[in-house]
Amino acid sequence: MIDALLAPFQYEFMQRAFVAALAVGLLCSTMGTYVVLRKLSFIGDGIAHASFAGIVIAYLRGVDYYVGAAIVAVVTALGIGFVHRRGRISLDTTIGVLFTGAFALGVFLMSRQKNYAVDLQSFLFGDILGVGANDLWLILGLGIAVGIATIVLFRGLLYTSFDPVVADASGLHSGRIEYALLVMLALTIIVALQSVGIVLVAALLVTPAAAAYQLTSRFAPMMALAAALGVTSTVGGLYLSYFLRGSSGATIVLLATVIFFGALGIKQVRTFSARRA
Amino acid sequence: MTEASDAVVVSDLVVRYDRTVALDGASVTVRFGEALGIVGPNGSGKSTLLKTIAGLLQPASGSVNVLGMPPKRLPPGTIAYVPQIEAVDWSFPASVWDVVAMGRFPRLRFWTTFSRADRAAVEHALVSVGMANLRDRHISQLSGGQQQRVFVARAIAQEPRLLLLDEPTTGVDAATEESLRVLVRSLVDAGLPVLMTTHDLDRVEQWFDKLLVLDRRVLAYGTPNEVVESGSYASIREHAHTHRHMRT
Repeated sequence: MIDALLAPFQYEFMQRAFVAALAVGLLCSTMGTYVVLRKLSFIGDGIAHASFAGIVIAYLRGVDYYVGAAIVAVVTALGIGFVHRRGRISLDTTIGVLFTGAFALGVFLMSRQKNYAVDLQSFLFGDILGVGANDLWLILGLGIAVGIATIVLFRGLLYTSFDPVVADASGLHSGRIEYALLVMLALTIIVALQSVGIVLVAALLVTPAAAAYQLTSRFAPMMALAAALGVTSTVGGLYLSYFLRGSSGATIVLLATVIFFGALGIKQVRTFSARRA
Repeated sequence: MTEASDAVVVSDLVVRYDRTVALDGASVTVRFGEALGIVGPNGSGKSTLLKTIAGLLQPASGSVNVLGMPPKRLPPGTIAYVPQIEAVDWSFPASVWDVVAMGRFPRLRFWTTFSRADRAAVEHALVSVGMANLRDRHISQLSGGQQQRVFVARAIAQEPRLLLLDEPTTGVDAATEESLRVLVRSLVDAGLPVLMTTHDLDRVEQWFDKLLVLDRRVLAYGTPNEVVESGSYASIREHAHTHRHMRT
């Protein structure tokens, strides 16, 4: 029985996958707290799709996919911030324009290739079981960088998430903090790409934080709970996928979705019993 | 000429939103220990003037100096701006204490902890607006007047050198308004310069040392009595009353 439960951990690629799942779950759901509170849900999807162009360009140039994806993701994130602030265009419109443009560039470049051999399927839907030792170091490195930035900018991010205008007037530079957050988000998305893929990365950025939002009423507990639920989703989803023999990325997102509806249910019960009391 | 007693000096200020001119050559000076009331009809540029002094909007021409320099070059924590309460999402996961504590953030470095002095400043601010007993309440469970008081408390906790208030008396009950007036007067008497926009034209002489009547340009400026006697105030007053009737 115990042997059966521990079976997934006997393979080295599974061990790497679990470490990656832990890092990705922690990072995405922590950043997701800002995504949910600043109403940036669309942005994960947007930057992830835009990074597709980077992957194709990296393929054509024979460079590491991660490097291409990271450059395009960061440039797109900064572009979104710039057009939004300078053009007085709403953020969701800006994201909509820039990410479809970048995604189309990726498809266009790809379509001009006659013999096309890169496994783009794995970038669309993720392949956490294919995480190599180098990938793992990159994930951990980027993850630590984003984690340090979160600690350094913690108060500024909190204040500007609640009231960017007053924070700016008091001298906190909301604009710079927003750019920093967008870059942190772009790097987080690159980290998540390999494990859950372009299509599902938005779910990991939104769902655990949205679930935590149902159950908490203060910022720090929300972030801590989001991180816990995020790790439960990624590690638990990966574990379940081994036994269910399903796609790991899809199982992770399905588990996160189930947790979200569970949180929503708990909130409804609490509200109901509070009214009766 | 700028003098040492001048906290805010606005000269020939022009502010545009795209092609719309919101302020067209406004000039005003506010001294330390002086409360300036800004009145005018809707769309007259009252909020625009406050936001430009706060460094949130850039002048198209003219200049704004706060404590002798452009607002964006001031050290963090210098200016406290109290916006209208509709400006934020009140479902944000924060208690009354959490929001007032944000007033301390501009002065803190990331490695410094929230000290005993910071807590004391937050506590003092909560007491001064009469919200100390609601410190643990979630901000979504506050009335409009209480939300307004939380914003004022956050500004006080910041211990600013300039206070800007954007229509803090709109939609609050008479008791809250009076306690706010007493609080603002005590801050002004302690030397803080205060600029405040208002729709409420009654009792301006009890609120302010100087009054500015604005309609994209400065229509009148002086002590409340001088402005009332100038006559330009009467048309605004009529205008404001018409607005109030239209709202109800």
